[in-house]
Amino acid sequence: MAEATATPSMPAPTFGAALMRAIRSFALLRESWVGMIGAGLVFFWIAVALLAPLLAPFDPNATLMPFQKPGALFPGNETVAAGTFWLGTDQLGRDILSRIIWGSQTVLIYAPLATLSAYTVGILMGLAAGYYRGWMDDLLSRVADIILSFPVLVLYIIIIATIGASGVVIIVAITFASAPGIMRIVRGLVLDLRNRDYVAAAQTRGESAWRIMLVEILPNARGPLIVDACLRLGYVIITIGVLGFLGLGLPPPNPDWGGMINFSRSMALAFPHMVLYSCVAISSLILGFNLLADGLREVSLRD
Amino acid sequence: MQFDENAPVLEIKDLNLSYWTRAGEIPAVIDFSLTIDKGESIGLVGESGCGKSTVAMAIMQYMGGNGTIKSGSIKFKGVELNTLAPDELRRLRGAEISMIYQEPFAALNPSLTLGTQLKEVPIIHEGITDREAHDRAVKVLGDVRLPDPERVMAAYPHQISGGQQQRVVIAMGLLSNPSLLLLDEPTTALDVTVEAGITKLIADIAKQYGTSQVYISHNLGLILEVCDRVFVMYSGEVVEEGTIKSLFTWPKHPYTHGLFGCIPLPTADKNAAPLKPIRGQLPLPHERPTGCNFGPRCDFFADGRCNSRDIAMTQVTGSAADHRVRCERWTELDFAAEISHDEQKPPISIGDTVLEVDGMQKYYEVHDRSIAAIIAGQSVKLVKANEALDFDAREGETVAIVGESGCGKSTFAKVLMGLETATDGEVRYGGTNIGEVPVRERTPKQIGSLQMVFQNPSDTLNPSHTIGGQIGRVIKKFGVESDKVKIRERVLELLDLVKLPRDFYIRRPRQLSGGQKQRVGIARAFAGNPAMVIADEPVSALDVSVAAAVTELLTDIQREHKTTLLFISHDLSVVRYLADRIVVMYLGQIMERGTTDEIFDPPYHPYTEALLSAVPIADPEVTKREIVLEGNLPSVMNPPKGCPFTTRCQHKIGIICDEERPAVQMASNGHAIACHIPLDELRQAEPVIAVPKAEERVHVTQ
Repeated sequence: MAEATATPSMPAPTFGAALMRAIRSFALLRESWVGMIGAGLVFFWIAVALLAPLLAPFDPNATLMPFQKPGALFPGNETVAAGTFWLGTDQLGRDILSRIIWGSQTVLIYAPLATLSAYTVGILMGLAAGYYRGWMDDLLSRVADIILSFPVLVLYIIIIATIGASGVVIIVAITFASAPGIMRIVRGLVLDLRNRDYVAAAQTRGESAWRIMLVEILPNARGPLIVDACLRLGYVIITIGVLGFLGLGLPPPNPDWGGMINFSRSMALAFPHMVLYSCVAISSLILGFNLLADGLREVSLRD
Repeated sequence: MQFDENAPVLEIKDLNLSYWTRAGEIPAVIDFSLTIDKGESIGLVGESGCGKSTVAMAIMQYMGGNGTIKSGSIKFKGVELNTLAPDELRRLRGAEISMIYQEPFAALNPSLTLGTQLKEVPIIHEGITDREAHDRAVKVLGDVRLPDPERVMAAYPHQISGGQQQRVVIAMGLLSNPSLLLLDEPTTALDVTVEAGITKLIADIAKQYGTSQVYISHNLGLILEVCDRVFVMYSGEVVEEGTIKSLFTWPKHPYTHGLFGCIPLPTADKNAAPLKPIRGQLPLPHERPTGCNFGPRCDFFADGRCNSRDIAMTQVTGSAADHRVRCERWTELDFAAEISHDEQKPPISIGDTVLEVDGMQKYYEVHDRSIAAIIAGQSVKLVKANEALDFDAREGETVAIVGESGCGKSTFAKVLMGLETATDGEVRYGGTNIGEVPVRERTPKQIGSLQMVFQNPSDTLNPSHTIGGQIGRVIKKFGVESDKVKIRERVLELLDLVKLPRDFYIRRPRQLSGGQKQRVGIARAFAGNPAMVIADEPVSALDVSVAAAVTELLTDIQREHKTTLLFISHDLSVVRYLADRIVVMYLGQIMERGTTDEIFDPPYHPYTEALLSAVPIADPEVTKREIVLEGNLPSVMNPPKGCPFTTRCQHKIGIICDEERPAVQMASNGHAIACHIPLDELRQAEPVIAVPKAEERVHVTQ
């Protein structure tokens, strides 16, 4: 009997066990080809982001030879080795391929961080609103309604233009705009789960309200939330792209896909390669997350 | 599609049904044969997973994307159903073969009026005009005994009660005069008295319309009341079939006999003749043994004979009607001789009073925020969930609280547990009035000494945590132990107590069956060494044999720990078996209370009388007086000024019942009845349930 490995004194599972279960549940994804394609795309970009120093032929901020078409050769100079501009260069002479590769790091760091932050706030609000009901529910729901009634872009512009663009501000802005939507989902799930007998059992044990919310209710809401998280990551990436495009993204010269499109916008008709490949990069990553979310939903429904 | 009116209505031969799943092919039904003549009612009995619903689906040719009829034939009036095109099947369903499901509310479209849904059936199948369909629908609604059919036609499903909804569903099934009616547990979701009405209706309809019926249920008592013949299924096979009289009086198969031993018949007694649960577990579909499926669990298993080859159905000789059994050894088995009396258990000694409920009252406030209500000054309405409750419970005793939905028993449980506080009156437990102490303000010791076992086994455990973790949490919370190792030891001891293997410690609820989850629920309730446990319908969601095992477990633990058990139920058979004293509640008030014998014998409160008559009893030699309640349950927000039962009472004496609250009459010390009818008159009533003495019986049961 495996008594040595399991040390169960707290009802919450150990992190290692949870990780193993998460990995095993990804294996189930094999059943859904849609999910597999999505997972493939996502893991492709994660790999690119991790291996950026090895993959990128040039320094993303080095201004080398402006207005080069894709496939053009770089003869090299004193500081930089020779190579090929596989995707061409922008009007300042920076290699687009390298910028896309390094840009994936930016996206794949800020997007998950922003989503995580939005989820933390959204879950706390949703739990409180759904469990306590009464005036707290009314208050939180109205706050959420007010925030949601703003056109999202206007909200971002107000926040970022006022405070100033930086990585942290972008995360805060995205959290502010996304949390109400997440709060609504969590609140709906909590409203259903709080009527279960095991919640009543916990209440009749005299457990504290927050313990019930976080330990009894939240783990059982993870199914829909995980699917939503994948989808929302996609939206956040679009948002970061749009913010970059509007000039509200990370200040230059950080390679930021949206910022790249904005920067070369005026050249688009004459030199489409300057904007085309960044668009493809953003689209493929978002598509990957959407398909992954679809696949997860398919697989979880089948069980 | 030519029907042969002389052929049997349904003729199934050697049917084999399978499902295709991720794990491969799973045989669901094996070697199933059945013949139904015109006007006959057949019962299909079995526990979950035996395949009875699958058979019904196969008859409708509606097995879903992954179900197939592997082999065998299903002939409806001579026509082989397998050969029909989807178009022809569509014409068959609803017109010739109708099906009635378990949940009435799920069977009706909530956004269409009932009239629209009813008229749809004959309009589509027979092409009659709207006016004719309307008239026919009204007539059938009258046949199913719905009052005011015109109003029902114009109403939406949510505007009528559950029992009425099921009657409408039955009416829909009957509208095109089908030859065959399939009923899949039609009364499981309904209250006992409502169930009695529907059951009687179904039995009458067969005679009135000449419809043949297939009645699927796990409740042998219901089958006895409705059907002519019965088929007992176990793990995909029919193990015994016969007429009601033959099978119920002389069950030949060990499984059938075992099933009867699991039901709390009137002759069972928790000390002298306890229930005999069937040992072992239902085999998983892909792990069925060779030979007899029931072999591993059978007390009469003969190695070599019972597990060598597939066993066919053999005719029971000496029985007048078609009684067949699938058993190698049925000729050698004599169940009467097997009765042993060393299963008798010592009675529990009753101690002092631990709980006193004194005039407890719980009102809920409902706020009507509409402008009209505020102007009229009636914006706050009171839901009188509990009114003037008075009873007590002693150490080691089992007190049953009996009543149907809406009677206030759950509210009372909530007040006891501290999830609500009483509006008035006292609930004294261990000296303190806990009625006004919410659970937050109770000491861990108080909380630990009063715990609850919940109804729904699938909801009672948190699906995300391990079994060991959940029980351990309770132990830690109540301060029974604080050292990790000691807590673990105690959890393992509790698992032993509820007869679960120790390695369930690391399992999660979804890996357990319903009965196993309920055992964990019991272990969790007893983790803090409670002095009193409230069991809220703990076995009503479980199969018959599993329920018997859990019931026996509960009594064993109670016997050992001298726990007071407060048993909430609507099933009077189980209550009669388990309870020492009974409290009958209706619409928040106590109608009658007393010891079990006092309740089951006259004098009766009229509601108790109706409840007793509604209980299905699976003993063909027990006679019952038939009492069917008319009228509707009044709204809890608007209860009658006088006696709450006045709208449905079969013995209503007049205006006094509507106007005045009845005084409590004491029939004997401890036996209280709240009724206006004088006690002398009540004492003259005949007993509702008449159990013949052992000598007068054709067949000895215990």
